[in-house]
Amino acid sequence: MRAADRVGNLLHRRWMAFDALAKIGAVSLFLLRLLGQCIPCLARPWLVVQQIYNAGARSLVIIMLSGLFVGMVLGLQGYDLLQRFGSESAVGVVAALGLIKELGPVLTALLFAGRAGTSLCSEIGLMAATDQLAAMEMMAVDPVRHVVAPRFLGGIIAVPLLAAIFNCIGIFGAQLIGVTMMGIQPGTFWSQMQNAVQTRDVNEGLIKSVAFGAACSLLAVYEGYHAEPTAEGVGLATTRTVVSSAVLVLLLDYILTAAFL
Amino acid sequence: MIDDNAVVTVRDVHYAIGTHVIFKGLNVQMRRGAITAVMGPSGTGKTTLLRLIMGQVVAQRGAVRVFGKNVARLKRRELYQLRQRVGLLFQSGALLTDLSVFENVAFPLREHAHLPEPVLRELVLMKLQAVGLRGAAGMMPAELSGGMARRVALARAIVMDPEVLIYDEPFVGLDPISMGVIVRLIQSLNRLLGITTIVVSHDVREIGAIADYSYLLSEGEVVAEGTPAELNAERKGVVRQFMSGTPDGPVPFHYPARDYFEQLLERPDA
Repeated sequence: MRAADRVGNLLHRRWMAFDALAKIGAVSLFLLRLLGQCIPCLARPWLVVQQIYNAGARSLVIIMLSGLFVGMVLGLQGYDLLQRFGSESAVGVVAALGLIKELGPVLTALLFAGRAGTSLCSEIGLMAATDQLAAMEMMAVDPVRHVVAPRFLGGIIAVPLLAAIFNCIGIFGAQLIGVTMMGIQPGTFWSQMQNAVQTRDVNEGLIKSVAFGAACSLLAVYEGYHAEPTAEGVGLATTRTVVSSAVLVLLLDYILTAAFL
Repeated sequence: MIDDNAVVTVRDVHYAIGTHVIFKGLNVQMRRGAITAVMGPSGTGKTTLLRLIMGQVVAQRGAVRVFGKNVARLKRRELYQLRQRVGLLFQSGALLTDLSVFENVAFPLREHAHLPEPVLRELVLMKLQAVGLRGAAGMMPAELSGGMARRVALARAIVMDPEVLIYDEPFVGLDPISMGVIVRLIQSLNRLLGITTIVVSHDVREIGAIADYSYLLSEGEVVAEGTPAELNAERKGVVRQFMSGTPDGPVPFHYPARDYFEQLLERPDA
């Protein structure tokens, strides 16, 4: 009996591994189909613009608020830590580099997955459940070109923009703590930051946020497009979107950071 | 019987989803310019038949031909070209919820026709006028009643002037007035524009009034076919039960189950 259980467990694990592989394969195939439709979908640029507005502009408040608090925390922690070494004037550098290289892209992507990814997924899932995607197919309009590709492109464009805004507000938050509250000289704060932050740091953050934007949008549209057309199915797909986006963003972050060092 | 005038021919089609057999040797054909009804109890695969005709699913055996072309062999581009000649009215209407009524009807034109805006506007208003909803052009789908949504979907289905129009359960959930309106629209579109019409429905009375030819499907095959009068005169048990709406008969009221008393008397944990 125990041996049978062990075999069962092993098989079950094998199956889970197969499932995961099959899913990676399915997402890759979907990505290829999606990429094939990205250029044709640009024939109707306003569809993409509308999605940048939906995914990007509507996420602005949460991004700005989070950026402000993250920047303020960085200011406080940075000040507390740096004053032990007598270099509290470097708070600006710590905050700016931390935000531009890491926290900006990663937190923006995680917030984007929670705010816009879920709505992309459930919107597409509900469109499928109410036969809207099938109706497009029947009208000889490819739903991947008309519905999915604009949302995917919108996400790729929106996330770097949101990350840039997150960084700016975050740096403002750090300045608020460092300069206004703790009394660091503004000139020192800004000039040290200016000297320390290089173009390659900004590029690293930019490339990361484009990659995260693509990953989050891809998973959201994939899960929505393949959601079971029921209330429960769409709900589960939305949950999967957030969970897998978060894991993929952190994994990609490690890979990209290692690649840039 | 093979008719040269057939627009849609379904021959010896076998189709199953997993182990669930839906069609086992289905033979159906729809003639040009006629209203053909496909009837049958719920779950007999009427909607699946439409999906086969539209090339959304592919039969495991047999052939579905539309305008003489085997839909299973068509490439995506060819299938899309074929679909521009066929309009489909979904049971739910399937209007795009983020577009207004006007934009919903204009959608296929904007995608395929590249017309100047004034011409497009005129065409859309004409189609909306035909279904009696020109006044609702500015409304959003969420503001429409079920009957209105279906009429808008009908306007959208005819906006590309299709040669074939397929209705999936067009009468479900409609009040008698809306139902009458849809029946009249189906008939007038067929008679005035000569559109070959396929109606999938189980509303025997409404369909009987307008169909030129009917098929009755049950358990994966055609159990009866003919004009509405012929079907009404049919003596076969399943046909009689379906046409008269008797709850029990060859199609049983009960889903197959174990013996009732045996199940009641057994202990649940046994």
